[in-house]
Amino acid sequence: MSESATFLLDGEETPFQPGQTVIQAALAAGRYIPHLCYHPEFKPHGSCKVCTVKVNGPGLGRFAAACTLPAQAGLEVASDTEEINDLRRTLVQMLFAEGNHFCPSCEKSGNCALQALGYDLEVMTAGFRHFFPDRPVDASHPDILLDFNRCILCELCVRASCEVDDKCVFALSGRGIDKHLVVNAESGLLADTDVALTDKALEVCPVGVILKKRVGFAQPIGRRRYDPEPISAQALRDAPRPPTGAGRCAACEAEE
Amino acid sequence: MTNPRGDGLPEAAWAAILARHAGKPHHLLQALREIQEACQAIPPAAVARVADALGVPLARVRGVIGFYAFLTEQPLGRYRVLFSDNITDRMLGNQELLAALCEKLWVEQGRMSEDGLVSVDTTSCTGLCDQGPAILVNGRAIAHVTPQRLERIAKLILAQTPVEAWPEELFAIEDHIRRRDILLDHGLKPGDALRAALARGAESQAEQAATLEEIKRANLRGRGGAGFSTGLKWEACRNAPGKIRYVVCNADEGEPGTFKDRVLLRAYADLVFEGMTVCAYAIGASHGFLYLRGEYRFLLEPLNETLARRRAAKLLGSAILGQAGFDFDIDIHLGAGAYVCGEESALIESLEGKRGVPRNRPPYPVTHGYLQQPTTVNNVETFCAAALIARHGGDWYRAIGTAKSAGTKLLSVAGDCARPGIYEVPFGTTVRQVLAVCGAVDTLAVQISGPSGVCIDASEFDRRIAFEDLPTAGAFTVFDQSRDMFEVARNYTHFFAHESCGFCTPCRVGTAMLKATMDKIADGHGTPYDLAEIEKLDRVLHQSAHCGLGHTACNPTLDTLKRFRPMYERRLKSLDFEPAFDLDGALATARRMTGRDDAGAHLSMESEA
Repeated sequence: MSESATFLLDGEETPFQPGQTVIQAALAAGRYIPHLCYHPEFKPHGSCKVCTVKVNGPGLGRFAAACTLPAQAGLEVASDTEEINDLRRTLVQMLFAEGNHFCPSCEKSGNCALQALGYDLEVMTAGFRHFFPDRPVDASHPDILLDFNRCILCELCVRASCEVDDKCVFALSGRGIDKHLVVNAESGLLADTDVALTDKALEVCPVGVILKKRVGFAQPIGRRRYDPEPISAQALRDAPRPPTGAGRCAACEAEE
Repeated sequence: MTNPRGDGLPEAAWAAILARHAGKPHHLLQALREIQEACQAIPPAAVARVADALGVPLARVRGVIGFYAFLTEQPLGRYRVLFSDNITDRMLGNQELLAALCEKLWVEQGRMSEDGLVSVDTTSCTGLCDQGPAILVNGRAIAHVTPQRLERIAKLILAQTPVEAWPEELFAIEDHIRRRDILLDHGLKPGDALRAALARGAESQAEQAATLEEIKRANLRGRGGAGFSTGLKWEACRNAPGKIRYVVCNADEGEPGTFKDRVLLRAYADLVFEGMTVCAYAIGASHGFLYLRGEYRFLLEPLNETLARRRAAKLLGSAILGQAGFDFDIDIHLGAGAYVCGEESALIESLEGKRGVPRNRPPYPVTHGYLQQPTTVNNVETFCAAALIARHGGDWYRAIGTAKSAGTKLLSVAGDCARPGIYEVPFGTTVRQVLAVCGAVDTLAVQISGPSGVCIDASEFDRRIAFEDLPTAGAFTVFDQSRDMFEVARNYTHFFAHESCGFCTPCRVGTAMLKATMDKIADGHGTPYDLAEIEKLDRVLHQSAHCGLGHTACNPTLDTLKRFRPMYERRLKSLDFEPAFDLDGALATARRMTGRDDAGAHLSMESEA
C-alpha cells in the first residue's frame, strides 16, 4: 500500500498505515480524538463510545467509534464539531451518573482520565439523575484496594490481566446497568487471586478502581498527570507506544 | 443421591456433563445450562469444577453465569416460576396472576420463599403471545394461564410434585396456524430440496454453486428483519478464505411479540434442517448449529429426534444422499435468556460459550464468524424459504410478493384480535388486510416487528408488509382503542433496559435512564422537561450505541411520542421541572420496616403544591 493514503479528519488530510483504525492514525498524526477505553497498547475495544465520530464517504453518513473504524482512503471524518462534542459530553455525564464519583475525596483526582476528560469537554454537571449504585469495596488484599464505585467498565484491567499478565484476575459479570467487575477467586475476593503489585493490570485503570495501598498521596495534588496539561496533550504524548498485549492466556479467544 | 463435594449434582449427571464438555471452553454455556437444569442453580462448588474441567478462568465462568438470565449462582428454590412479561401478557392480566400466585405460595416477587421451595418473577417474552399469559416453570413452558390453571399449579408446587410428574396437558402448546401460503403448504418430502440441488450438478464447483445462483435469482432477503440479500451473504461466505465453513440457524427468537419460529421448529423442523443443508451444500460448509433460545427448551428433544431421523435417511452426516464429499451435520445449542444473542455476532459469541456481546464489525461473520471461520447466519424462516427455492427455482419464488420483497412472510399476530396466531401472507399485503383476516376491531395501533420495529396508527393501515415499506421480522401486535400506548412504550423500555448487554456506555446507561424517566412519568412526577430528556436519550442511543439493540431501544418512545403524544402529556404536571428524586419513594423501606402504610407515613407532594 502506498505511504500516501489519507483520509480527511475535520477537513485536514490525515495519513494512515494499512491496518490502522481512525483513532490510531489520528493520534499518530498528532490529532487528538477524545477516548477512554482505547489504550494504545491494546487492541481497540469500542465500548465507551467517547471516540464516536461522524463519517461521510461514498455511500456513508453515519456515526462510528473511531477506535474500531478502519481507516480508509477518502473517508471524511468529523470529530471536533459541536454536535459530536455534545454527544461526548453526554456520554461522559452518563458515566459520572452511573457510578459513585466523588472527585474531591478521591485519591486518583488529578490522575483520573474520566475527570480529565470531563474538564476537557467542559462537563459542568452530571446532567442526569445519579444512580447511586451499591458497590462495596474489596479491601481484602494487603497491598491493593478495589473501589468498584468508580468503575467505568472499560475492561482495560480485564484485557491487561489476560493478555499481558497471563492471569485473567479480572472479568466482567452481570449485564446492562448491573454489569460489574469480578475477580478470579472462588471467594470473590482479590486477596485470594494471584494478582501481584507488578501486574500490568494495576497500571491501566484510567479511574480510581485499582489502587495500590499506602501510596495514594505520595504525589501531591497539583503535580499530578493531568494537572500541568490537559488530557488531549497527554494522549498525544502517549500515542506512539508499541502494543504489549501480545501475551495470551490459553483460554483467551482463539483469534489469530 | 448427591455427591459428597457439596455441589449438589448427582455423580452420574456430573459424569455425563463432563463427558460432553470437559476440555472444551467453547462449551461453557452449554455445560452451565445443563447444571442449572439439573440443580435449579449453579452451586459454588460447581462453578470451580466447571472452570477446572473446561479450562476457563473461574471469573469468566461467573461472567457467563451473570450474563444469562436463566443462569443463577443464588438458589431460587426447587420451583422457579417465571411469568412472561411481554405487553400481550400484561394485556391478558399476567400481573394480577403473578400477584395471586405470590399470595398463594407466601412468597415475594423476585425472592426465594423462606423454606427454599419456590421463587416467582418475570421474564422477557417467552414467545407464546398467541396463547398467553404464559409462564415457565423450571424452564418448561405453560400457556393459557388462567386463575383455575394457576390454582392447580400452586397445589402441585405446594405438594412438591416434581415438574416431570405434572399432568402433560398443562404443557400443551398449540401452533395456531391461521393462513397458509407457499411455505406452510410446501408439500415437500424430506430430501426433495436437496435432491433438486444435487440434480443441478455436483461435479464441479460451478455446478454446486447453481443453487446459490437460484437463491440470488429468487431475490431472497433475510427474514430476521434487516433484509440483507441471502444470496450475497452465502456467496461472500463461500468465497471467504477459511479452513472450515459453518452454517448457523438463528432460532433465538427473542423479539417480544414474535413466535413464528416456534411453529416452524415444531411443525416444519424438516424444512428448517433441509434449508440449512442446502446452504451447506451451496457454500461448502461442513458443520451447522441451530441456536435455540432457552425459552424453547421444550423443542429440544423433538428437534434432536428429527436430526436423528435425517441422519438415518442419509440427509445428514457423511456422503449425504450418496454424494461423496457432501458431509454436513448439525448440533443444537441452547441459549439461556438473552435477547441480544439474536444479533448475529452476539449469537456467535454465545455459541463459543461466552457472554453474548455483539462484536466489533468489520470483520463480519461471513469472513470471521464462529471460531473466526466463515459463517453464514440466517433466520429460521430464511432457511425454510431457501429450501423451497432449491426445489422450485428462483424465478418461481420471485414471482410472488413485490419487486423488492420476494416471496411470503410469516406474521406472528397477537394482541387485540379474535384469532391470534401465524399468518403467512405474500409481501405487499397491507396492514388493513391482516387486521381484517385476524378479526381485529377498533384498532388503535399496530406494533410491527416488535419493540425494535415501528408503531403505526390507523392513518397508516394501508401501508404494506414489505422491506420497502414496513420491514418486519414477523411480530404483529394489535392494540385496540382501550389501550394506553404510553404503557405499551413503557413495557418495551423496561424490556430493552433488562436486555441491554451493557457493553457500550450509551445503551447500558441510556436504556436504564429511559426506563427511569418513563417510570417517573408513570408515577405522576413527569414534566415537559422529561419529554425533552427522552428525546435527548433517544438521540444519544441512536448516534452512538454499539449494536441494533441500542439503536432501536428508543423506537417505542420515539414512535409513540410522535403518534400518541397526548397519552404522555396527560400524565405530566404543569410544572417545567420536578426533581427525579422521589421523596415519598425514599420512605418505602421505612414503611415496610414499621409495617405502616397510612397517610401519615407518606409525604404528599400534591398537598404541598
